[in-house]
Amino acid sequence: MSAGSGAAVAPPPAATGAMPAPAAFGLRRLWEPVRTGLLALAVPALLLLVWHIATVGRPYSLIPPPAEVWTAMRDLAVGGVNDDAFSATLATHALASLARVFGGFGLAVLFGLPIGLLIGRVPVVRQLLDPTFQVLRPVPVTAWLPLAMILFGLGPRSAYFLVFLGAFYPILVNTVFGVRSVEPRLFEAAAMLGCRGSAQFVRVVLPAALPSIFTGLRLGLGFAWVVIVVGEMTGVPTGLGAMIMEARQLSRTEIVICGMVVIGALGFVSDRIVSLVGRRLLSWSPSHA
Amino acid sequence: MPEPTIPILDIRNVSKSFTVQGKRIDALKGATLTVKRGEFVCLLGASGCGKSTLLRLVAGFETATEGEALMWDKPVSGPDPSRGMVFQDYGLFPWLTVRDNIGFGPKSRGRPAAEVRETAERYIELVGLQRFADAHPHQLSGGMKQRVAIARVLANDAEVVLMDEPFGALDAMTRERLQDELLDLWSRTGLTVLFVTHAIEEAIFLADRVVMMSPGPGRIETVHEIDLPRRRDVASPAFNDLRRMLAGQLHSHHSRKAA
Repeated sequence: MSAGSGAAVAPPPAATGAMPAPAAFGLRRLWEPVRTGLLALAVPALLLLVWHIATVGRPYSLIPPPAEVWTAMRDLAVGGVNDDAFSATLATHALASLARVFGGFGLAVLFGLPIGLLIGRVPVVRQLLDPTFQVLRPVPVTAWLPLAMILFGLGPRSAYFLVFLGAFYPILVNTVFGVRSVEPRLFEAAAMLGCRGSAQFVRVVLPAALPSIFTGLRLGLGFAWVVIVVGEMTGVPTGLGAMIMEARQLSRTEIVICGMVVIGALGFVSDRIVSLVGRRLLSWSPSHA
Repeated sequence: MPEPTIPILDIRNVSKSFTVQGKRIDALKGATLTVKRGEFVCLLGASGCGKSTLLRLVAGFETATEGEALMWDKPVSGPDPSRGMVFQDYGLFPWLTVRDNIGFGPKSRGRPAAEVRETAERYIELVGLQRFADAHPHQLSGGMKQRVAIARVLANDAEVVLMDEPFGALDAMTRERLQDELLDLWSRTGLTVLFVTHAIEEAIFLADRVVMMSPGPGRIETVHEIDLPRRRDVASPAFNDLRRMLAGQLHSHHSRKAA
């Protein structure tokens, strides 16, 4: 039963074959992270190789080979190769996109979390808001683009709105789910200990729903990155999405690919940060520790 | 301060019925019972006899269809720290440590942080969980979880402890140890305990009075004073006589229900 679950986690039984146990133990501990890293890099390395073989030495290829993209990336980051309009602009674009992603995401948390808590806990709020959100939710962010530009004008405000929209629903839906799956027993326990009414939101509902809320935050932040290109089709001059759209019109495919790589990398890093914070806050949960 | 002659709990002709799929079900019918301060009362009966319903009515989790439950002459109108509940499935807050679970009640009632901490420490010690004060519930055994559940209602100044088959999910050894610990706490603190069980031996071992309940509709059948000296010897002839008598009564409910 649960009595044993507090014990130190034993290393998993030998999966890599017969190794003399005591001597191999230290080695295995070193090998394990290396192995994880190698496995994670295997597929990207293979893709890179296929890409290289398929494109290198073909002057009419529409897709530039990896080496050319790497050169473009260096120029984009620090300049000194082409010295054109794109040179040394990467930091500006990346910072603009980061601000929009985290700004839109922050807004989505600001609205999604309290609305989700209320929909999950207060029947009349659920009856009032849930049907509307259910209908609005399937509408793609792309479809909102024209309306957003009418409502919020050309420029960054529309971009924030579209990123917000992308991040909002995953946060809302997971918060509602988390609140609704709180064990009813915990409300009884809180009530008989003298914690009732709105105090239960902070002391019971929020912590109990936190694992699910964090899932929503991770998904929401992921969607914020997914919609950043659409979000920056609103006529903003900077941002990775704006850069990609401009490069596309100029047929600078290597810049387009650079933009894709940077979005992927930044998205990955921001997800890691949220999930690390989550793991710290959820160390009490047997399924998250 | 209430006069000593007023019972701490006064349950007056309480009935509770539910409607399930259009059918009315009488979970409890006309239950009347008084409990004196400091008494240990067991509600004993087969499933469906309304013993848990009665307990939850006293806790304030359910409202009676008829009749009322009074504590110190005041009608019960909802859950209250003076009536602490210990659930079979513990109901601990999984995100809080043992210390914070025990401090939850005092903190909810707005006690200053230093006092909350001191109270928590005192009750951690009372149930012998000093080494686990910073552990989370999922790291504890069932017996330890139930000690935390008991400590947190005591730490919150409960006058009546309501226990709903609290040891039902524990193994036999742990159950016996917790029964002893509970009696020890009870005799030292002057608590009033209302304890639901379906185990005859447990009821006779613990209670001053055993309230025998029967199903269909749930109601109180008989009340038995247990005046065996404590600590009770479960192998003594007197204990066995009581056990046989109550078992006979319990089995007659079963056969009647089946008929």
